[in-house]
Amino acid sequence: MNAHARNPAPADPMMPHPFRIERVRRELSDTFTMEMVPQSGGGFRFRPGQFNMLYVFGVGEIPISISGDPGDGAVLVHTTRAVGAVSQALDNLKAGDIVGVRGPFGSYWPVEQAFGHDLVFVAGGVGLAPLRPAIYQAMANRERFGKVVVLYGARTPADILFRKELEKWRGRFDMNVMVTVDRVAGKWNSDVGVVTNLVAKGGFDPLHATAFVCGPEVMMRYVALALEKRGVALSSVWLSMERNMKCGCGLCGHCQWGSDFVCKDGPVFRYDQIADRLSVREL
Amino acid sequence: MVQPENLGRILDEHPFFAGIPGDLRALLIGCAANERFDIGQFLAREGLPSDKFYLIRAGQVAIEVDVPGKKPIILETAAEGEVIGWSWIVPPYRASFDARAQTLVRALSFDGACLRKKMEADHSLGYEVMRRFVPMMGHRLQTARMQMLDLYGPAVVKARKGKAG
Repeated sequence: MNAHARNPAPADPMMPHPFRIERVRRELSDTFTMEMVPQSGGGFRFRPGQFNMLYVFGVGEIPISISGDPGDGAVLVHTTRAVGAVSQALDNLKAGDIVGVRGPFGSYWPVEQAFGHDLVFVAGGVGLAPLRPAIYQAMANRERFGKVVVLYGARTPADILFRKELEKWRGRFDMNVMVTVDRVAGKWNSDVGVVTNLVAKGGFDPLHATAFVCGPEVMMRYVALALEKRGVALSSVWLSMERNMKCGCGLCGHCQWGSDFVCKDGPVFRYDQIADRLSVREL
Repeated sequence: MVQPENLGRILDEHPFFAGIPGDLRALLIGCAANERFDIGQFLAREGLPSDKFYLIRAGQVAIEVDVPGKKPIILETAAEGEVIGWSWIVPPYRASFDARAQTLVRALSFDGACLRKKMEADHSLGYEVMRRFVPMMGHRLQTARMQMLDLYGPAVVKARKGKAG
């Protein structure tokens, strides 16, 4: 079982609720953000790091992390990369269309537990989307933290998610944002190399730091090692895991990972509680 | 001309040789020089003799490979506190990639031939130098392998299940 509190599951977790798409924004060539509101009115509450099951009627249902501001309950925001049948069907929807939503599900980034610490976000690729709500929450409580550091890695400069927002954050005096890309041809004067390299450069106090990490699992493994090498306590590192989630509430067993169900006990796990499982390929 | 005592101070400011014994530090300084590179200048050129390495004090260097008919591909960047160049250790002492200053770069350079001679004569110096270079080379190898994985590319994401669905 995970070490921190989880939100109670929705009253009927298997019942999708219709949400109307208000706005669709193209982020990257294959990645888009949808803003939705409940068709029945009201708002939507969630904790950073949680996910919803999004149902495209007649096509299927997939788990997608919430990428919006937890302080703004009026609109539900999801950022999705179109890579499969359902996500591509989502990509074909437009403002006014209806999506079925179940959730929110799962554990969340323990932002409040990090009060008094330096807070380090390490994201790779579209992994920035599940971290963004926690960044919003941290910046809404900026005075409660030491340094706030965002370390982000993308494939190329053209693949940088939320680029304008990263630039805006970098322009603040109370936030340190570093971006690296894996490869580049042409003009680019920032870092080139894997995101793990930024861990050594990010100016934070490892003895008083909490790190939230989200991205491809291989990347997270190496980032966790880099954080450990830097001196961050394993119990202060949190990762968001992905597995084949179906029901979203720990009933079906599709996402079982050792003794945990990723949908219910995760997706956010404390690193020291899963480190021995991360490199077990049979799981 | 930078005096040896000033070179020693510059050397001490860089983390790479932190903790090296004083007598070995003096040997290192005998092979060192203070250099600066303007934007676009090369610290190393692929295939050419590369008998130096650099401790970067300020600025950023791109390690890149030239692709005929296209813009050079930047493989990695290195900045303040990092090291550029290990071809000086390995015969035939020729650079494997270009190293180009992306900004004004200030660096402490070391003459590889000079240092190799001293390392041969004093194996404790050789050990102290190698125990710093081997982890750096290992790190570069590890990060190069990770870049090869193309973790954020579509093929990898498609193979994963769950939230990418």
